[in-house]
Amino acid sequence: MARLDLEHVSKHFGPTVAVREVSLDVRDGEFVVLLGPSGCGKTTTLRIIAGFLAPTGGKVRVGGKDVTTLPPWKRNAGMVFQSYALFPHLTVAENVAFGLQMRKLPKPEIPGRVAEALALVRLGGLADRLPRQLSGGQQQRVALARALVIRPDVLLLDEPLSNLDAKLRETVRVEIRELQRQLGTTTVMVTHDQEEALIMADRLVVMSEGSVRQVGTQRDLYERPADRFVAGFVGRSNLLPGRMVGPGQFQTEGGVAIACTDGVLGPGVIALRPERLVLGSAAAALDNRLTGTVELVSYLGASIDVHVRVSAADRVVVSQPNRADGAQPKEGDTIDVGWMSGAAVVLCD
Amino acid sequence: MIAVENRTLGRWALNAAAGVAFAFILLPLVFVTWLAFFLQAIPSFPPQGYSIKWFLAIADNPKFVDGFWLSLQVAVVAMLIGLAIGVPAALCLARYRFRGREPIGNLLLLPLVVPGIVLGTALYVFHVEITLLTDLPILGSIAGLIAGHILLVIPWSVRLVSASLAGFDRSIEEAAQSLGATPLTTFFRITLPTIRPGIVAAALFGFVVSFGNLEMSMFLVGAGRTTLPITILQYLEYRIDPTIAAVSVLQILLIGTAMVITDRFVSLARVV
Repeated sequence: MARLDLEHVSKHFGPTVAVREVSLDVRDGEFVVLLGPSGCGKTTTLRIIAGFLAPTGGKVRVGGKDVTTLPPWKRNAGMVFQSYALFPHLTVAENVAFGLQMRKLPKPEIPGRVAEALALVRLGGLADRLPRQLSGGQQQRVALARALVIRPDVLLLDEPLSNLDAKLRETVRVEIRELQRQLGTTTVMVTHDQEEALIMADRLVVMSEGSVRQVGTQRDLYERPADRFVAGFVGRSNLLPGRMVGPGQFQTEGGVAIACTDGVLGPGVIALRPERLVLGSAAAALDNRLTGTVELVSYLGASIDVHVRVSAADRVVVSQPNRADGAQPKEGDTIDVGWMSGAAVVLCD
Repeated sequence: MIAVENRTLGRWALNAAAGVAFAFILLPLVFVTWLAFFLQAIPSFPPQGYSIKWFLAIADNPKFVDGFWLSLQVAVVAMLIGLAIGVPAALCLARYRFRGREPIGNLLLLPLVVPGIVLGTALYVFHVEITLLTDLPILGSIAGLIAGHILLVIPWSVRLVSASLAGFDRSIEEAAQSLGATPLTTFFRITLPTIRPGIVAAALFGFVVSFGNLEMSMFLVGAGRTTLPITILQYLEYRIDPTIAAVSVLQILLIGTAMVITDRFVSLARVV
């Protein structure tokens, strides 16, 4: 357990830049998730922390100590791989014991530590099985036990849930989160699944094209996205391009005037969360109001998406709770759309 | 109904084809084994009786015994050296992208393609030249013979080890390193055990091709030193009694035993 610092870490592969000037402080015991689409550099960053790749620039510190040039076997980082990477010829117990043997732990201590780690992931009864005799979920837990048994300074998780089926994924992500809290292990996880990231992280790092776009808590990212990419990637947003024409005044390309609370003069985009928009008579009391035509209604169960065209160039999606009483708008209806001006976020280019 | 009949017919045809193929492969072995127990010296049907005297005759013939030991020694040493070259070569070919990778891969498989006679002639001329140039006693030496046999083992070891590396997940090596294993420890504790089936199969096949090789060996053996296949051929020039059949039966047993033992450690059906 230790803090982890990345200072201006870059990785170039020839002319292509996989990671650009990434700086990040992970506090002792914190769970940080690197989130982004495939090819955004998140896995490369994780592999640099593990020591499998040497950065072309910058420094990696674990517990204040510079480990940038240390090979993986001299760092104390436990890693769980996407494929789990269990040793196929060793039993579950031998897989878990491997890291302890490499650390030259006295032989009599090893079985106890292994049993302890397997109990932690609730696999006590399967110690003598071979990996191929286990289900995907069980293999995943062996991989976790193997990474945790060495009491790593940092735990690195590379898309650990992507090979599990959807139902299992929901329970395992909560289990991993609780285990991490209980042990207080500094953890960095990589994923492209935003729901997974939001559920597990203390803090999230949104990456795109090798760069960090925003670092913050779930609330930071959702309420105050730093740019267009984050607004579109974390949750859903209606993004209306246009420009700030005066203080608190935004005009979309379609010519719709919108009041807002921030933003500097010039071109930009205004982001509106679908569930912050209100339809019909309830919109009358709000300080932003537009009138438009319903073009599409999608029934999603818990909620209903209503697509409303507010100008020739602008269409917004409104997410309505699906209540038993309320009549839902129909396609072709003329309807009011309203929101509090604080709900609109202006993102300047 | 027609579909069902067609399927039955298809299954019947498949079984028949398999039966013919098996008979084609196994009948000579059956006949050789049968012949080895004939009483009369000149093989003719029907047998005049049965005897194991031909098996006893092998032990009395020093040429067969010496030939067997030489073949065994050459095959074991060639197999070991061939593996020492073939396994690292297969690892390099599977993992690294370098200039000349394709040609080198093909070169290592080449001895499988070149006819034994051609290979033997070429090596013989080569040995003559080297001996003339350096005065080293290479021509007709055991070392020269073994060097030739290593050529036979390499393609098998490269091929079979490459096959077992094809589905190898390299992240298990990274996992080992993140757990504190150096690259050397990783290789011996993780990589090697994982590709063991391929290596065992390569050892077996390397041994068998070397032990049974005749064409190339004929050019490379020295005076008065012959491998078992050459001894058999020389014996056949003057005699055709069932001793040869008895020797063949022993060879079949030896290789069969090797395969059964190997199969206990790794399932051969999985690698070949």
